Amino acid sequence: MKMDRTEDVYILAIESSCDETAAAVVKNGREVLSNVISSQIALHTLYGGVVPELASRKHIEKINQVIEEALQEAGVTLQDITAIAVTYGPGLVGALLVGVSAAKAISFATNKPLIGVHHIEGHISANYIENKELEPPFACLVVSGGHTHLVVVKDYGEYEILGKTRDDAAGEAFDKVARAIGLGYPGGPKIDQISKEGNPDAIHFPRAKVEDAVYDFSFSGLKSAVLNYLNSCEMRGIEVNRADVAASFQKAVIDVLVEHALAAVKEYGFHKFAIAGGVASNSGLREAFEKECAKRNIEFYHPSPIFCTDNAAMIGVAGYYEYLKGTRSGYDLNAIPNLKLGER
Amino acid sequence: MKILALDSSGLVASVAVVENDNLIAEYTINHKKTHSQTLVPMLDEVRNMTELDMESIDAIAVAAGPGSFTGLRIGSATAKGLGLALQKPIIAVPTVEALAYNLYGTDRIICPLMDARRNQVYTGLYEFKREQQNASYEMKHLLEQCAVDIHEIADKINELEREVFFLGDGVAVFSGILSEIIKVPYSFAPACCNRQRAACVAALGEKMFEEGRVQNAAEHAPDYLRLSQAERERAEAEKKA
Repeated sequence: MKMDRTEDVYILAIESSCDETAAAVVKNGREVLSNVISSQIALHTLYGGVVPELASRKHIEKINQVIEEALQEAGVTLQDITAIAVTYGPGLVGALLVGVSAAKAISFATNKPLIGVHHIEGHISANYIENKELEPPFACLVVSGGHTHLVVVKDYGEYEILGKTRDDAAGEAFDKVARAIGLGYPGGPKIDQISKEGNPDAIHFPRAKVEDAVYDFSFSGLKSAVLNYLNSCEMRGIEVNRADVAASFQKAVIDVLVEHALAAVKEYGFHKFAIAGGVASNSGLREAFEKECAKRNIEFYHPSPIFCTDNAAMIGVAGYYEYLKGTRSGYDLNAIPNLKLGER
Repeated sequence: MKILALDSSGLVASVAVVENDNLIAEYTINHKKTHSQTLVPMLDEVRNMTELDMESIDAIAVAAGPGSFTGLRIGSATAKGLGLALQKPIIAVPTVEALAYNLYGTDRIICPLMDARRNQVYTGLYEFKREQQNASYEMKHLLEQCAVDIHEIADKINELEREVFFLGDGVAVFSGILSEIIKVPYSFAPACCNRQRAACVAALGEKMFEEGRVQNAAEHAPDYLRLSQAERERAEAEKKA
């Protein structure tokens, strides 16, 4: 891709696909000038998970504040902005619509170009923020509450999906198991924390393989195995060691993720591998990939936790590369809850 | 004074510009496309056709609820984005009042009906009054906008013992029931004035603006008149416990 440019490009990015209202300003695709996130975790914790209608209501209360803060922190005004990027899918449709509608109105009122961005493309692009030398092609594992994708990043904005989950996303399994052992929501960080005190080999949970699709994942069987284990302990009056259950469960997830991802990296001959998404901040997962990549002489990349969680900086980065490619969205841009990666 | 008005509270999407009692443009669509696909393109068309300078707008009026939760948010988020970019205030016009304003000047009672599902309607009761001959009419409410069972609003209408006009997308849903339970004379408004129209939102918005009833774009949020299902169920569970 041609990268020469005469003027600096400032992207105002907006993200509201799930339970974070976020806005950011990104300069020339790699420099994050601001990254404002208004989290709704406290609200959804009351309900044990994200309630879509409440998420949407919260987004509309916060959206302007978050955007104004992002501009202010970046030390720019709307006039300095080159283009507006917004997540338009996948995600919760009502939540997405708040960001999309606000972005369209700002684009319309300022006559600045509008760029609809795929949420997963954003997660993958988060790796560019702190790794200035990272450029495609590379392999990337996207793991979050809603997604488990093994992707080849062929070029900026060009993806090939090698594998994905057949049922639960990895993060979803974390949430469900956390609820079952009484850790509450959000499950990922809580399981990661308590796992440090547990024995990962205490209980053997299954590592599921998907027939005839070596890079696909399945986590619902694992989740059921954990629930069955908890049930049988209860029936027999055995006290459950929650740290051991968490650690053993987490190890089972990590083993499968590492095995599939590194098999793909080997098969396709990549020397660069990245992880992205909320679960990418799981310390056990990072350590496992660090160790295994080092053994194989593969460069391992991962964003800091603040860029792993849903944020708008990553949307600004992805939006920048889409902007360079000439991608523009119309005022009829709609939220697409099940948008596929690589589709427009 | 120039007001840009939006209404996407129900099935209709509508955009209007009103300047000093003049309707400059109004664009209304009642079609299957989602408001997200229609509202800003309609705004764009209005801007192009009327050579509208967005900076010349004094305030953005929006039908702020009740209505479809998602529809309200598309309207409000659009208004908020415009307000942020243009540094202009928002006028949150009650949806049912704007709907009633369609029948300006009638001496009958006005009862807007918006289908709120579960046998409920978003409704209210309004009448037009004036202080002296040849003055403008003011719309007064006999019942402020609310979400109630269709039978409840019917009882209230019957108690008033006055002729009533019904309008809104709830008419098609409830006309059968209404014919059985309404005891007073009634009729249904015709197509030109029986749905949400942004011109009504703008006209009421102009009055509210003059009264200083404006909001900062950042603080604006729709008034749903209803809790979300999750909140309702949680409140009920707590009541039981």
